[in-house]
Amino acid sequence: MTYKVDPAADRQYIEEFRRQPIGHHSPGLMRLLTVMRQDPSGRQVILICRKPFREWVLGEMPASRADPIAIESGPVFTSREEAEWEVFRRRWQKLTGEAINLPYRE
Amino acid sequence: MLKILGYPDRLSVAPGEEIAFKVSLEEGTRFDARLVRVIHGDANPAGPGLKFRHIPTAIDGSHPGRPQRIDAGSYMIVERAPALAAKPFTFFAMIWPKLPERVDQTLLAQWDPKTRRGFRITVDGGRLGAILGDGKRIARLDSGKAMLIRQWYSIAVAIDPATGAVTLDQIPVGNYAQVDDRGHAEAILGVTLPELEAPLTIAGCPQADGTIDGHFDGKIDGPMLCEGLRPAALHQTLRAIDPVTPAPKIIARWDFSKEIETTTAVDVGPHALHGQLMQLPTRAMKGWNWTGEEHNWARKPDQYGAIHFHHDDVYDAGWETSVALTIQDDLPSGPYALHVTCGASNAEATRESYIPFFVRPPRNRNGKRPDVVFLAPTCSYLAYANHAEHITARGAELQMGRLLQFGHIDLYMYEHPELGGSLYDRHADGSGVAYTSRLRPNLNCAPAYHSWLGGHGSALYQYNADTHIFDWLDHQGIDYDVITDEDLHADGLDLIRDYRVILTGTHPEYHSTAMWDAMKAWIDRGGRLMYLGANGWYWRIAFHQHLPGVFELRRSEDGIRTWESEPGEYYHSVNGEYGGLWRRIGRAPNVIGGVGFIAQGFDLSSYYRRAPDADNPRAAFIFEGVPDAIIGDFGLVGGGAAGIELDCIETRLGSPPNMLRLASSEGHTPMIMLVNEEFGVVPPNLGGDLNPRVKADLAFGETPSGGAIFATGSIAWCGSLSHNHYDNNVSRITANVLKRFRDPKPFPTR
Repeated sequence: MTYKVDPAADRQYIEEFRRQPIGHHSPGLMRLLTVMRQDPSGRQVILICRKPFREWVLGEMPASRADPIAIESGPVFTSREEAEWEVFRRRWQKLTGEAINLPYRE
Repeated sequence: MLKILGYPDRLSVAPGEEIAFKVSLEEGTRFDARLVRVIHGDANPAGPGLKFRHIPTAIDGSHPGRPQRIDAGSYMIVERAPALAAKPFTFFAMIWPKLPERVDQTLLAQWDPKTRRGFRITVDGGRLGAILGDGKRIARLDSGKAMLIRQWYSIAVAIDPATGAVTLDQIPVGNYAQVDDRGHAEAILGVTLPELEAPLTIAGCPQADGTIDGHFDGKIDGPMLCEGLRPAALHQTLRAIDPVTPAPKIIARWDFSKEIETTTAVDVGPHALHGQLMQLPTRAMKGWNWTGEEHNWARKPDQYGAIHFHHDDVYDAGWETSVALTIQDDLPSGPYALHVTCGASNAEATRESYIPFFVRPPRNRNGKRPDVVFLAPTCSYLAYANHAEHITARGAELQMGRLLQFGHIDLYMYEHPELGGSLYDRHADGSGVAYTSRLRPNLNCAPAYHSWLGGHGSALYQYNADTHIFDWLDHQGIDYDVITDEDLHADGLDLIRDYRVILTGTHPEYHSTAMWDAMKAWIDRGGRLMYLGANGWYWRIAFHQHLPGVFELRRSEDGIRTWESEPGEYYHSVNGEYGGLWRRIGRAPNVIGGVGFIAQGFDLSSYYRRAPDADNPRAAFIFEGVPDAIIGDFGLVGGGAAGIELDCIETRLGSPPNMLRLASSEGHTPMIMLVNEEFGVVPPNLGGDLNPRVKADLAFGETPSGGAIFATGSIAWCGSLSHNHYDNNVSRITANVLKRFRDPKPFPTR
């Protein structure tokens, strides 16, 4: 059986990710992200770039290429890191049932 | 979404020659075009930004346009075939379905789509079937049993055109307990087939709109047609007969093991109904009778009688020319693009494209040439053409360490798989894409394209990463020529003989034997190689000898690869050479570049720390004005000069023993990992945070004829050149090396 996210043990990595969504992460955060970034459904959360280096929204690529990509109208992000944080929050809630009510930056 | 795209009919053009551009306009009826010199294709606001230089030509201005589409899918066609329905006939073949669940696949057809007359022999939902049409009615019969994926079947279909009587047999070669995949069906369908003098097709069927569709995904081996209604058991007898021995009542018998290097499907039967293979199905495939004793198809062709067809194969998009340009005689060699626009871009749509190409030196080589040439790694650009792992492979986000970015170009790519995949993609049936062609749009090979991989920051890979070099050369005021891989393959050593310095791209990974030999000969004669990237001279490729602009790759044995060639299919079909890593035939990258591939990862780049060899007097010219201990702790590609893919000195693999290790990178993330040909037992410390072998070596060494090799050991190096207005230690080291390499004074050999 592969690692199952444990909110009590993994909560410590939330702040590490928020400080640096893309970067050199600790082994514990790496393990958490590895679990989060696998979706056996075949669906894939993706980042839709609307304006290069300026504007992104989230999207979902379906399991089958014959089906269309779903593109969210918002929230609109002005950095990749901001989008990473939003996806992290959603995945944490899906895995643990807990909401993270923290913005990317205070 | 992308609203305009296109491709040139060649990637390299000489002054005085014409280049034609094929453009698809997705909205509107007109577009604007202009020629630009490509200086810098990186839109990252942290860098110098996009830079193009307009070159006024006669094509400046508005042009009519329309949508153009690609008819993907490989098949065989016999244009002048007799009307099979003149008499009863039987079709036999061995087939290996690879996507059996897909509907409406064609094995053999003689079909008029406009009148809906003729016959089709099909695989539909895994079941062998037949479709007969007389123009009024279409009747069908199928075997009632689904075939299994990756299993060989003998199929026999007997058709009596007068009564519409059909007998179907699908007989598995392998037998499995609890599996019921043997099918037999017979019926009189009551359709009288007309004698149709129409082309005969295998693995595809003509459509009313003029395209070919209904393709088969899988292998077909030894298809043959016999006169009369023959029992399925006869197939076993016929298969045992040597193809050159006349068999009774044969109409046609295609032996796919003959002329494998060509696009001809040879009919060894009495009527010579030779077929043409369209859109590059994969040849030199092991057949149903492969025993495993021989892996080289040239030595046992009778066991390589299969062709693997795919509904998403593509060789030539075949678009009409939209704009043609004759290159003026005085246009300097260099990187150029046709810039096409159809309105203003916004958050929903991109309405411009840059279609890149290169102007090579005049073929007569008259006049004085620069002493520096950039070898545009077009084979690597094409190996990655429409690289769609972000679409087709799940797990790419894990590899990247961040979300996968889809720009408008990627969204277009997602909706248009008919563009054809890269050598990193798999066909829809799961088999690897083994051929790539430049006669189609190559959407990720363009200025201003920001990739889903390529390091956090600019996220550039291949062509657009190489524009960092164009920009730096332009800033330095260096006069240089450009040649392409395809030029080097065709012209060999003669093309590069007179250049003193060759600059590589950031990732010159794919090389043919002719290219490798020419480069080695040039180095051995005293050339000065500036290897400005990493993971170069890695895969061996083979150009098609009959189709321009296409080459093949068999991913044999090992290496960083997204698919693996099947056992027994390691030899290229187009020239018979063994495929895979150059390393596996004793020519590791280190032999050419002085360093070789050691690690890769796509999140963050790092820096180099100066090594003791930097103080060797032989390297003094390199570090002139660079006293720094830390080199390249900045950059547009991952934030450092050492990243993406890394090379290091390894004398065991052929790095010359006199290579100086000037600096080595350190501080890599866990996502930069050792490559798999560098370990046997999988170590737990693959990542750069725990494995000391994960490092780039900045390297220099003299060659025996007074030449030299300089290697950056990193793809990300060139992303640091423009930092601080080009005033930084990466730029200075590169400039110092280029200055000395241009100096004709030989490097000391003792």
